[in-house]
Amino acid sequence: MPRCPGVTLKDEAAIVGVGATPYYKRGRSLPQTPLELAGKATLAALDDAGLAITDVDGLALYSVGLGGDTSLFAQTLGIPEVRFTAMLTGGGGGAAGSVGLAAAAIDAGMATCVVSLMTLQQAASRFGASYAPRGRPGAQYSAPPSPEGNFIQPAGLMAPGQMFAVITQRHMYRYGTQREHLAEVAISTRENARRRPTALMRDELTLDEYFAARLIAEPLCLFDFCLECDGAVAVVTVSAARARDLRHPPVLVTASAHGGHGRWGQAITWMGMPDEMFASSGHRPVARRLYEMAGLGPADVDVALLYDHFSPMVLLQLEDYGFCPIGESGPFVADGNIRWPTGSLPVNTHGGNLSEAYIIGMTHVKEAVEQLRGQAVNQVEGAEVALVTGGPASLPTSSLLLRAA
Amino acid sequence: MTASPAPAERLRVPAADLIRLTPDPWTAPFWEAAAEHRLVVPRCTSCGTFRFPPSPFCWRCQAQAVEWVERPGAGTVYSFTVVWHPVLPDLADSVPYAPAVVELPDTDHVRVVGAVVDADASDVKIGLPVELVWRDVRAGETVPTWRPA
Repeated sequence: MPRCPGVTLKDEAAIVGVGATPYYKRGRSLPQTPLELAGKATLAALDDAGLAITDVDGLALYSVGLGGDTSLFAQTLGIPEVRFTAMLTGGGGGAAGSVGLAAAAIDAGMATCVVSLMTLQQAASRFGASYAPRGRPGAQYSAPPSPEGNFIQPAGLMAPGQMFAVITQRHMYRYGTQREHLAEVAISTRENARRRPTALMRDELTLDEYFAARLIAEPLCLFDFCLECDGAVAVVTVSAARARDLRHPPVLVTASAHGGHGRWGQAITWMGMPDEMFASSGHRPVARRLYEMAGLGPADVDVALLYDHFSPMVLLQLEDYGFCPIGESGPFVADGNIRWPTGSLPVNTHGGNLSEAYIIGMTHVKEAVEQLRGQAVNQVEGAEVALVTGGPASLPTSSLLLRAA
Repeated sequence: MTASPAPAERLRVPAADLIRLTPDPWTAPFWEAAAEHRLVVPRCTSCGTFRFPPSPFCWRCQAQAVEWVERPGAGTVYSFTVVWHPVLPDLADSVPYAPAVVELPDTDHVRVVGAVVDADASDVKIGLPVELVWRDVRAGETVPTWRPA
């Protein structure tokens, strides 16, 4: 429950600008520097809003958004005065939540114009090996061995995809989910990407091709994994009142939540989560609070942008956000429900992390804004409410409900 | 088109060179016992709850003190994956390997993660009874692996 019932950030702030660099395959953004990518996306987002860098006074980040270095960013771009900086803990789980931090800062009067940003350059490093031993070729995002990691890594669990495969296997065992259901996520997402010039993967993906692909970590094959990309995406948030005077119709932050059950904890790098939540996305408590703040429910959502680092986690989020009963996401997608434009709940209309680009989830926020402005390439007709989620991973996960003003 | 497409290929283990143990004061007793090929699990002396991995607080009652309880090296596979693609060049000769999450009976659902050995990739299933095989990585460093019981 909200601490003071009725006193929340609901509809107090709005997204007014989104911007991005081109999306690149891993390493192809060179010789641009990460700071350069970050600046380009930010300036593009401000331009989209009709604002300037001199309006910016806050930075709300997550994961590796600026490499943590807000100081260099402010100095380089010439932000006149920084009044708010914050970073959601955790990793890609904070994608949606970083915009929630921005809305919270604005609602609290700590800042007036906040940039949320993700910058990713994987030239010499790969997120896909982020739990491998440090210093090994290809593993530069890795962490040094930790006392807790000692209980996972010697088994060979060194990559997020391997770890989510373990969760997926349990979901299949418990609920009868099939590889065909994972394939439907990959294929429907690819179909959306095929119509988008910004998407890196635009070739048709057939069911035969899906099943012919090499297994990476059972039951996940190549097409269940997201892309490895470079690029940057920025989002500008201001108060709802100020938003009315800017270039585009405001996209209201109707609700934001992040966190999770304490014993979800480190999740994939622990594997000790309680049985009743093991085969989940970890989002259930976050989903409950999100809907509560908004006064909305799953039936009100017109389009869902669900963090898709791995195809099965789209299924588990469909359950955890109440679009189908727990355990029934496989049949739900098999019935065509997530297809654009015919399904009851079009999902990842931009092509997602799987087929458009992997900028750690920030493309999902951008797509939600374009949907609610009525400007999306794969427009959901009359879309008024969009759900955006951050990556199912260790605590915190996060999400946003956005609404056309 | 099945959910278990693994061919009958013999499982391997991740390269020993990639394994480094870095115990802290709370995890060290586990690894010291492992080096002696004994499985011990910490149990809260206040409320009797097992905690794993070993940690400075009981998640149920927040007490700190533990007793180290020796357990039989037996459990069942709670979940697993079979890794076919080496995520690092160093793992090229290690695939396929199968990390398994193994639940120990009568321990408040303590799960011990280890690679499955002495089995084909297609043998690994959720619910499979397994027994502990200690893998000596180097002097003083031993890690758990599991084989079908």
